[in-house]
Amino acid sequence: MPTDSKADGFVVFDHVQKSYDGDTLVVKDLNLNIGKGEFLTMLGPSGSGKTTCLMMLAGFETATHGEILLDGKPINNIAPHKRGIGMVFQNYALFPHMTVAENLAFPLEVRKMGKSVREEKVQRALDMVQMGSFGGRRPAQLSGGQQQRIALARALVFEPELVLMDEPLGALDKQLREHMQFEIKRIADNLGITVVYVTHDQTEALTMSDRVAVFDDGRIQQLAPPDQLYEKPENSFVAQFIGENNTLEGVVESIKDGTALVKLDNGELIDTVPVNVSAAGERTKVSIRPERVEYNKERLQEGAHTLKAEVLEFIYMGDIFRTRLRVAGNEDFVVKTRNAPDQVRLKPGETIEIGWLPEDCRALDA
Amino acid sequence: MTETTQDGPMLAADGTPLKKSLRRALRAQKLRALGLIAPLLIFVLISFVAPIVDMLFRSVENQIVSDTLPRTVVALRDWDGEGGEAPGDEIFKALTYDFIVAAERKEHTRLGSRLNYEMTGISSLFRKSGRRVDDIGEDYLDQFKDLNDAWEEPATWVAMMASEGWVADQVAWSEARAAAKSADQDFETPEPAFALRPGVAKALPETADIYSAFARTIQTQDEDSPTEEEPWNPVYMALFNDLASNPDAASAFSGDVAALLSEAAAAVGNFETISPKDAFLDADEDWGDPMVWSTIKAFAPSYTSGYFLSAVDLQLTASGVQPQDEDQQIYMLLFKRTLFMSLMIMFSCILLGYPIAFLLSNLPMRQSSLLLILVLLPFWTSLLVRTSSWKVLLQQQGVINDILVWIGLVADDNRLVMINNQFGTIVAMTHILLPFMILPLYSVMKTIPPSYVRAAKSLGATDWTAFWRVYFPQSVPGIGAGCILVFILAIGYYITPELVGGTTGTFISNRIAYHISSSLNWGLAAALGTILLAVVLILYWVYDRIVGIDNVSLG
Repeated sequence: MPTDSKADGFVVFDHVQKSYDGDTLVVKDLNLNIGKGEFLTMLGPSGSGKTTCLMMLAGFETATHGEILLDGKPINNIAPHKRGIGMVFQNYALFPHMTVAENLAFPLEVRKMGKSVREEKVQRALDMVQMGSFGGRRPAQLSGGQQQRIALARALVFEPELVLMDEPLGALDKQLREHMQFEIKRIADNLGITVVYVTHDQTEALTMSDRVAVFDDGRIQQLAPPDQLYEKPENSFVAQFIGENNTLEGVVESIKDGTALVKLDNGELIDTVPVNVSAAGERTKVSIRPERVEYNKERLQEGAHTLKAEVLEFIYMGDIFRTRLRVAGNEDFVVKTRNAPDQVRLKPGETIEIGWLPEDCRALDA
Repeated sequence: MTETTQDGPMLAADGTPLKKSLRRALRAQKLRALGLIAPLLIFVLISFVAPIVDMLFRSVENQIVSDTLPRTVVALRDWDGEGGEAPGDEIFKALTYDFIVAAERKEHTRLGSRLNYEMTGISSLFRKSGRRVDDIGEDYLDQFKDLNDAWEEPATWVAMMASEGWVADQVAWSEARAAAKSADQDFETPEPAFALRPGVAKALPETADIYSAFARTIQTQDEDSPTEEEPWNPVYMALFNDLASNPDAASAFSGDVAALLSEAAAAVGNFETISPKDAFLDADEDWGDPMVWSTIKAFAPSYTSGYFLSAVDLQLTASGVQPQDEDQQIYMLLFKRTLFMSLMIMFSCILLGYPIAFLLSNLPMRQSSLLLILVLLPFWTSLLVRTSSWKVLLQQQGVINDILVWIGLVADDNRLVMINNQFGTIVAMTHILLPFMILPLYSVMKTIPPSYVRAAKSLGATDWTAFWRVYFPQSVPGIGAGCILVFILAIGYYITPELVGGTTGTFISNRIAYHISSSLNWGLAAALGTILLAVVLILYWVYDRIVGIDNVSLG
């Protein structure tokens, strides 16, 4: 499903730029291919250009430069209502003066479908989101989660091949949001539709997506499946933005055989995987995930690199322990360990030895 | 801190029922709120609501007829007006008594003006008769005088009519006055109010009635004393009537008066009688017109529907409600015109205001504030200036006509009449009331998120469908609010139709103003105003039933 070749992309952004004021670019040279049936998430902080991209795809904003293709056809000059793209809005945008059923029938009505067909499709869509008996209600009589489902059903009822979702779960509480994530994913998979999903919630992005495009400063910083994104961030922005991350700053001593030797600011030398450092002498940020660090000597793996650390804080979180350490001058170095029966519980002030495998340690741009 | 007993009410911590304790807590809040609005509330009630209610009450109030002509009103009860003839002498007799009192109190002209609203000519009839009514009965005076000069003496009458107590009081009063006079002091105390002697009303009913009216009038009106004034001539007519119907009247008296009365009673049989009817007809032959009498009879009750009937082009006659003469029907036309023009203005405001409000709510902040200032600009300009400028623009030698002539669209000798008619009024009032449509529309449209229209388009709706099916229904509350504002303001508008309305563009309010300030027919003005108020309230109710007042939003 995921594709990188422009030829068979279902949705293609080709050197797309967007500026609102003529001075600054909100979207800078965007190139993106989305395969048919793919669930692609645009993830990024607010102001990173992800929503603008979605709006250009929906047709509510026009690209300043470049082309957007849908199913091989350029759509820059096609009006939004002719694009046949389903869309779920952040505030659901359910029409308050219509009942749920009327809301769902609206896209069918404007497509001049007959009454019986309409009713059948509406009911099927309602059943799909498990809201079968809510057709006669007004949107205001529904809870946030129910409105969310209706908005989803409305975007799907006219059977679009592409559905855009603009932070659809932003207004829901945590538990409901998690439930809806699976629900949306399940429905998308069942129907085989292509979904472009915009969010600033990285958990959501990781849970649902086939691929995630991390946006920052109008550019895609990394486009990768969730596991790669998490485990192999390509720059320090992505490493910081996705999940929790420990950063140690230093200078590259040497690079050879796929290993970069980094001299940390306190003088210690560690082996790292060079990701986007190219030559000795460059400053670098070394990234290590908190759960890849181990302080229990018995659990340390062969070839692990060890460092001295001072325990600053130990927090019991139920399933895990979260320990804040001072490592090589960094006081925010966090270690997460599983709450296993034999796990050591640390005390603040203790000096311990921590270690990790060199391949979990990535030298990124400074 | 609450607990529930087995099956009792919820209790507060101190054991009082929770409901009561809550009420007590809220009462202080309510009192404080009431205290805050009290000054304004009292001010509005006293200076605004009360006068309006009083004014509206005038639309049914009609005590003036029964107050001024009490005896005639009673006498007219049995008169049916059938046969198309004026009533007989009995009623004219009552009229004589009423009229002499009213004329001396100068109340007959007020009543004349009042009845003139119902029948033209009554005002002059009353004024003319007021000057002549004192002549009625003069012949009786002469005949009584011929009989005995004592009848001319005020003292005779006082001795006959006044109660002994009053005589004593009066003597004491005049002595006190004389004493004050000789001591060169001010003496302000009025003469004691005249009191009838007991038994007189039974022996000489008409005389007692009219004489005491005379005495009171003399005392209050002229600050004179019945001891010094010869009675009005109609009093002699009353005495004649009483003696003619009760020759035995003297038996109720004693002394000189009894002698005088029995002498008179013996003589009245030979008196030359005169008809009060002839006397009135002699003063003005319109008294023979049964229409005058049926008008008086129709408006005799203290409360009348006459003003309201007039306000809807009907009239009240003795024989029931009838349509007003064709050439006098105007109010229904004015009501219809007012409604029609208010609706026209309202629709013009929607047509012109909706796009502007739409633009306002969709423009970026900077431009929209600028546009909003332009919309509000008329608010900051005097109403008269705006209306007058329309006069300048639209008149036949005005700017617009000049331009049309210059372009060649209109011939110079055939310039368009655009002012002093309905067209001019609608144009000027639409301009004046437009902000009242735009502002509520704008405030409602601002709250409609753009995502609704976007959602509609993403679902496949064209621009028009998205607007009509999704945007427009959500802006209806704004239209409703604007319509109510504009319509209610328009239906009672006065100054603009007055200035640019001419004859075909005036509203009912102009007629109300005319009755308040020119014709002084406040009762009719109040009736017209009440109807206008009722129409607005009914339309408001209808609107509530159809659109729902909850759907009105001022933002």
